Amino acid sequence: MAEVTKDWRNDIYAVFKELNITMVSHVPDAGHTPLINLCEKDNEIEVVTLTTEQDGVGLSCGAYAGGKRSALLMQSSGVGNCINALALPNICRIPFLTLVSMRGEWGEFVPWQVPMGLGTPKVLEAMDIKVFRADYKDEVGSTVDAAARFAFNTNRSAAVLLSQKMIGAKQFKNG
Amino acid sequence: MIERRPFVQKILKNRKDNLRVVSGIGTSTWDLMSAGDNVGNFGFIGAMGQSIPFALGLAKAKPNYRILLFTGDGDTLMSLGSISTIANHPVSNLTMIVLDNESYVETGSQPTATAGKTDLELIAKGSGINNSYTVKSEEGYEKIMKTVYEEEGPSFIVVKCKPKATPLVFPHSFDGSVSINRFMSSMNS
Ligand SMILES: Cc1ncc(C[n+]2csc(CCOP(=O)(O)OP(=O)(O)O)c2C)c(N)n1
Ligand SMILES: [Mg+2]
Repeated sequence: MAEVTKDWRNDIYAVFKELNITMVSHVPDAGHTPLINLCEKDNEIEVVTLTTEQDGVGLSCGAYAGGKRSALLMQSSGVGNCINALALPNICRIPFLTLVSMRGEWGEFVPWQVPMGLGTPKVLEAMDIKVFRADYKDEVGSTVDAAARFAFNTNRSAAVLLSQKMIGAKQFKNG
Repeated sequence: MIERRPFVQKILKNRKDNLRVVSGIGTSTWDLMSAGDNVGNFGFIGAMGQSIPFALGLAKAKPNYRILLFTGDGDTLMSLGSISTIANHPVSNLTMIVLDNESYVETGSQPTATAGKTDLELIAKGSGINNSYTVKSEEGYEKIMKTVYEEEGPSFIVVKCKPKATPLVFPHSFDGSVSINRFMSSMNS
């Protein structure tokens, strides 16, 4: 079961390994970078860099149809790009797992991140996605583990919102 | 200009056991179903723009099968970035055939960008898919068959066809979960 290590991204990686998630797609977000790096070093995990998050939904569903489990990593803005695509795992009852690094909530510097940050849980729920949330580092592994099992055991879509509290809000400096 | 439905049927005639076929929303799904019911088919009836990334995921997960996607110009234009993704995460077993009727026939034949200045073959080439070509007459059939079964993919073929509405041919089920489970049961693990 899920462990707690020094960096919570290690805990997510451990869940991927335990649950045989062998494809990870993403449009990068700084909050996911350590996890993306871990996956890239692993020959058993294929990392696919997308041009838009919605493609990760179709990619993930196609991979599942071929017997491969995957996860989509994105920042909260990316959720907005995915809404219509989320109909695919929903209507096909394909297990779909996404991990969302939150912006626009905890001490955010960039006002442009706020609208989609506020909208993220609402639009996911509007699309019948089961939304999990991790606010503290020591609950990340168990939350991702629970969400992944929920998705793959019940053939539903699950999202884990990874709080900006854990990622930290970069305070931009001009110049 | 090609009559698309008989052309799709011809491509799928005597199909080999290792072929799995996906179709995008719009006329492509009705065309695919018109070639006869087959458990090795999966047709989109929604989620516009998702058939190309779906085909990529499937091709990656099932390297021992040849994966063929039929989709429309409208569906393709909605996910142009996915062509770049395929070029940069290549799969040798994937052929995409865009049935380019230069219109959104399914919704009343409004012209698409390919009726204007846009060329999907060049977009695919510019995205990094070298094996990309356009077929404008039935003579392209042999070349297509070679691409589908033998050539190293990913391949991207634009088939220029008439912007004519054709009768709908329904799939075995409109319920996505029924369709996908049936499709998955056609493949060895
Ligand atoms: C997001 C979204 N926008 C619009 C539609 C309406 N729609 C359904 S099929 C279609 C046309 C598809 O065009 P194309 O892929 O060229 O198919 P064809 O011309 O072969 O019918 C459109 C616009 C939709 N289903 N989803
Ligand atoms: Mg069209």
